[in-house]
Amino acid sequence: MYTQALNTTETDDRGLEDAAKAAHFQARIDAEERIEPNDWMPAAYRKTLTRQISQHAHSEIVGMLPEGNWITRASSLRRKAALLAKVQDECGHGLYLYAAAETLGTSREELVDAMLAGKAKYSSIFNYPTLTWADIGTVGWLVDGAAIMNQIPLCRCSYGPYARAMIRVCKEESFHQRQGYEIMLTLCRGSDEQKAMAQDALNRWWWPVLMMFGPPDATSQHSDTSTKWKIKRFSNDELRQKFVDATVPQAQYLGLTIPDPGMIQDADGHWRYSEIDWTEFKQVLAGNGPCNRDRMAARRKAHDEGAWVREAAEAYAAKRAQRRIAQAAD
Amino acid sequence: MATPNTPLWEVFIRSRNGLAHKHVGSLHASDATMALQAARDIYTRRGEGLSIWVVPSTAITASDPADKGMMFEPAESKIYRHPTFYEVPDEVGHM
Repeated sequence: MYTQALNTTETDDRGLEDAAKAAHFQARIDAEERIEPNDWMPAAYRKTLTRQISQHAHSEIVGMLPEGNWITRASSLRRKAALLAKVQDECGHGLYLYAAAETLGTSREELVDAMLAGKAKYSSIFNYPTLTWADIGTVGWLVDGAAIMNQIPLCRCSYGPYARAMIRVCKEESFHQRQGYEIMLTLCRGSDEQKAMAQDALNRWWWPVLMMFGPPDATSQHSDTSTKWKIKRFSNDELRQKFVDATVPQAQYLGLTIPDPGMIQDADGHWRYSEIDWTEFKQVLAGNGPCNRDRMAARRKAHDEGAWVREAAEAYAAKRAQRRIAQAAD
Repeated sequence: MATPNTPLWEVFIRSRNGLAHKHVGSLHASDATMALQAARDIYTRRGEGLSIWVVPSTAITASDPADKGMMFEPAESKIYRHPTFYEVPDEVGHM
């Protein structure tokens, strides 16, 4: 997911902390109380959330790259305005999330530096390229669709600032998936070549999108703590299944084929998908996806080339502060 | 000798578990501790709050209402930022 950090929760070190405080904390979680920045919390809760929220923020920012790639080549002015608005939203969402992460005590500068140094991760999905215009439709339809599936339960996350940021993000993102689906619908109603382009994009994105939800429950060792702390409310496989069940009819309406010949609908109506290639997932997380190096290079370049803006803003603020002091002295 | 002005504070209250603090009004108090006590007395007499923030009014930088058009009008024409702008057939269901 945008929050694949969920799969690497800190070990629960509450044994070392005040047992009474820890028990009170868990009781508050169990009573569905929201934890706020100044409340006592276990160190592992703070660390887990800092990592998860910052990873989510990095994903929003890196996620601007594959789509930004197509702004100047959008198929019409209408599409261009929509894509620009969507990329602007991703930037805003990154900023809400950095602010939420900062309430846990780590500065945005430190968080960003960790990402640029390659020490903090972002979602695996943004290491895939957007080769054609149909990829933009597919990203909106499937990548944002999967993100929404994950983010809606996060609106009820136990940490107040994260939950509130998610509510705002979900509200604003409701157009992202629809604009993607509309692009797909237009292509699928178009020429044979356009429909083939839509199918090709679906073929390339389907499996990486399923991987967004993270490793299967059987191998995900750390979900327990996140679940107990009500950071995570559904397991990876539960969310993945919900996503697949919602997506198959949407693909059918488009007349597109999910690239999984083994997929069958079971008696309960759930669409059962074939085994996911987790080797590919691990490779992408390890830095060996198709675009990992490009993405990191683009972020570092943007950060370096933006240095003069940060410096100029500081110099301007310092100059104005001095002027105020001088005026006050007059 | 004129009485010195007592500083003004803005009061924000979290009304329910999980909600953000919301501005409810202002009050005068000589320091932050007294402002917090006064906010409790003035703004939460009927159990309106779970948590209070007080902020010196002078610490707030506000936009000028005269700039309303310049600030907010550009967003009004961008209807493509709303989900209803996009055509998704009813048969596809909720998205």
